[in-house]
Amino acid sequence: MTTAFPFSAIVGQDDMKQALILTAIDPGLGGVLVFGDRGTGKSTAVRALAALLPPIRQVAGCPVNSADPADIPDWAQVSEKELVERPTPVVDLPLGVTEDRVTGALDIERALTRGEKAFEPGLLARANRGYLYIDEVNLLEDHIVDLLLDVAQSGVNAVEREGLSIRHPARFVLVGSGNPEEGELRPQLLDRFGLSVEVASPTDIDQRIEVVRRRDAFESDTESFLAYWQAEDARIRDAILAARQALRDTKATDDLLRDCAQLAVALGTDGLRGELTLLKAARALAAYEGEGAVSREHLARVAPLALAHRLRRDPLDEAGTGARVARAVADVLQ
Amino acid sequence: MTTAAARALAALAIDPGGLGGLVLRTRVGPARGAFENALTRLPGEARRIHPAISDSQLFGGLNIAASLAEGRPVSDPGLIDMPCRLILTMAERTGPGLAARLARILDGCTGHCLVALDEGATAEEAVPRALADRLAFHIEPDEGRAKALLLPAPADIDAARARLSQVKTPQDTLPALTALAARFGIESLRAPLFALRAARALAALDGAEQIIDAHLQEAAELVYPARATQIPHAPEPEPDLPEDQPPPTPDQSDQDDQGAPDIPEEILVRAIAALLPADILERSAGRSRTAASGSGAGNRRAGNRRGRPLPPRSGRPNAQARIDTVATLRAAAPWQTLRRTGANKHRAVIIHPSDIRLKRYEDRSDRLLIFAVDASGSAAVARLNEAKGAVELMLAQAYARRDQVALIAFRGDRADELLPPTRSLVQAKRQLASLPGGGGTPLAAGLVAVTELARHATGRGLTPMLVLLTDGRANIPLSGEADRKTALEDAETIAAGLNMQGIAGVLIDTSNRPADQAQRIAARLGARYIALPRADARVISTAVSEALDS
Repeated sequence: MTTAFPFSAIVGQDDMKQALILTAIDPGLGGVLVFGDRGTGKSTAVRALAALLPPIRQVAGCPVNSADPADIPDWAQVSEKELVERPTPVVDLPLGVTEDRVTGALDIERALTRGEKAFEPGLLARANRGYLYIDEVNLLEDHIVDLLLDVAQSGVNAVEREGLSIRHPARFVLVGSGNPEEGELRPQLLDRFGLSVEVASPTDIDQRIEVVRRRDAFESDTESFLAYWQAEDARIRDAILAARQALRDTKATDDLLRDCAQLAVALGTDGLRGELTLLKAARALAAYEGEGAVSREHLARVAPLALAHRLRRDPLDEAGTGARVARAVADVLQ
Repeated sequence: MTTAAARALAALAIDPGGLGGLVLRTRVGPARGAFENALTRLPGEARRIHPAISDSQLFGGLNIAASLAEGRPVSDPGLIDMPCRLILTMAERTGPGLAARLARILDGCTGHCLVALDEGATAEEAVPRALADRLAFHIEPDEGRAKALLLPAPADIDAARARLSQVKTPQDTLPALTALAARFGIESLRAPLFALRAARALAALDGAEQIIDAHLQEAAELVYPARATQIPHAPEPEPDLPEDQPPPTPDQSDQDDQGAPDIPEEILVRAIAALLPADILERSAGRSRTAASGSGAGNRRAGNRRGRPLPPRSGRPNAQARIDTVATLRAAAPWQTLRRTGANKHRAVIIHPSDIRLKRYEDRSDRLLIFAVDASGSAAVARLNEAKGAVELMLAQAYARRDQVALIAFRGDRADELLPPTRSLVQAKRQLASLPGGGGTPLAAGLVAVTELARHATGRGLTPMLVLLTDGRANIPLSGEADRKTALEDAETIAAGLNMQGIAGVLIDTSNRPADQAQRIAARLGARYIALPRADARVISTAVSEALDS
């Protein structure tokens, strides 16, 4: 894999960067969906964020990146049990992937050569404690999508096939990206993503020039470009780490919970997942900004990220879902 | 054009990874012959691929036969494993899936580049935009004057590649290229980046130390025209233009002395505008139209009974599914040694349920005719029975063609889905016969119901089509209060929304004297307008089937 573009060097796209930072603070938010035109830096941002995150401590030979030798699943025969630091895993889920590769399957090599029945872990195992990135998520085959939803929901991958019966933890942040012109996403899948962002190419000429200039600088002289942005990346990393610590102590008052519920009711979102995500995201944002309690302002800022993709479509509304959320926020929170 | 094509090919050979590739849009003929001939003379490995290429060919996979023979897994390398020039023939038939995979290969910076040979005849038939955006050059040769392409010698190309990283880029090149792209309405930021790299590659080819005007112009001419979505307006003073700014640093003024691009932007604009395809406006219109109707996800669906074969999937056989024997045997083959134990020792082939693979086919989906009938007092009383007659005739045809039908009626202040999508002719007839008339005309509410139903149907793999019977005299807006003006506005807005979804349709004007409201709604819907001729249901029915089949 080639060197990742520095996260802080991405021009504009503040919503997308914000959403990604929030999921890094609280992986329980349930992932990010990035929808937008091509060439707007969707995949760049995901890879950049993973490169920016601190390494995780894990058992060296563990196929599911366990933090503690006691957590190693019993089917895995791990010889190296010492703890090592590894970069946060980012696993790409390619479009043409088969079910076996995703969930894991019988180890063909061992079966063929030694006649042993052993489990070969798949992409879900590798993504445990990290990111699972699906580019063009709207073009993925339905049966793979169903499978992913199920695992993302439960945090456990259960394999029942070819005489194997295996479970292992698979907790990952699901990041999907896609271009809505090429196919829509089913509402069931939309709802599973915690946050959603729409990105577009910048329209401001100066900003566009800056994008092209930085990309070109990155490609022609990678090392000095990385050195230049290192400090800024480190600042974001420290803020994320501090926010993870502060998350538990960040308070949300009952009034604020009421605001969350009212927003969700005003927008008519299905189910309760909208409110929950809204609260979690607002708390992560408050923690990121080093404030002890969640305020209405935090709520207003994360509302479009957490709610825009959960609305029913209104054929008369040309303004788009983002504007509807903003209107509801203005009404409810005044 | 031939020199332009030759220069583009040479630039691509110098910086394949950076430039992504090239689209050649022409039918088979001498021009394409000359181009393909030149392609073979370029240094570096080339592989030909086609739109139906499988994933195992692209990304590699387990070679079952070799694995069995050797007793260990043998994987075949995929095209992604070695940098090469991929030549995609019949590129206009590339589906969104393959386009996404190829785009991933190009994004992976593995040194691949893609030459797409596009033989599309109409604007809709073209390389998918996702892919085309990642390819720097778009060439449409002039069919009449095909000449052999004069390429630089391979040694020259190698030398240029070595020089590439040393080519200097004057400071104002990048702003100039970006501003230029914006003036032609080019959204993607890949375009200026490609233009910059192309200029650099051309400068390296010419042995220049830095990019000069000529390279800049040539690169812009190669990259921009096919992406342009607007013709720039007459020159207006633009504050952002770099040419007015004094050079900010002394070292840049040094470069200026050596002949940095100080070409007036207007000259560049005019040079590129001269190369714009004549039908640029139609093209961008055509593009947005196809984009709106999507990739046709609703027009195809996977089934297991008929259509074009798809790769088989594992699953349990049932009454509908058919077993793909060859694929099942292939799935079972690797396990035979392992399974041949104990009681199974002497069985020839041991197949477990998990080996079973089912056949899948891709089918053109069923059509769903949505009849939206205006049963209001204004339209209905006089003509409702004629309309019913026409609908019944169409139902009979729909039955014969295995179309599904749904019926929505709107009157008073609401729309009702009287019949969800069905093949049952009897039900449709019964519902229609008992359809009461009278009340206001909530056209907007009716169209909202149609929108909902159409979206639902698309999700289930049907292709919805609309037959709207109304006089267009909407007088109940969505809010439900009687207000003729808002009612019409609401109806038009929603009609435009339906049009955006790319749903084909027919509007049958049921009023006694056809008025322009109904025509306006039809125009917004993008639907064919048919005024109900007096008395004959059969005539409408024929007209509708003609309109829908065309």
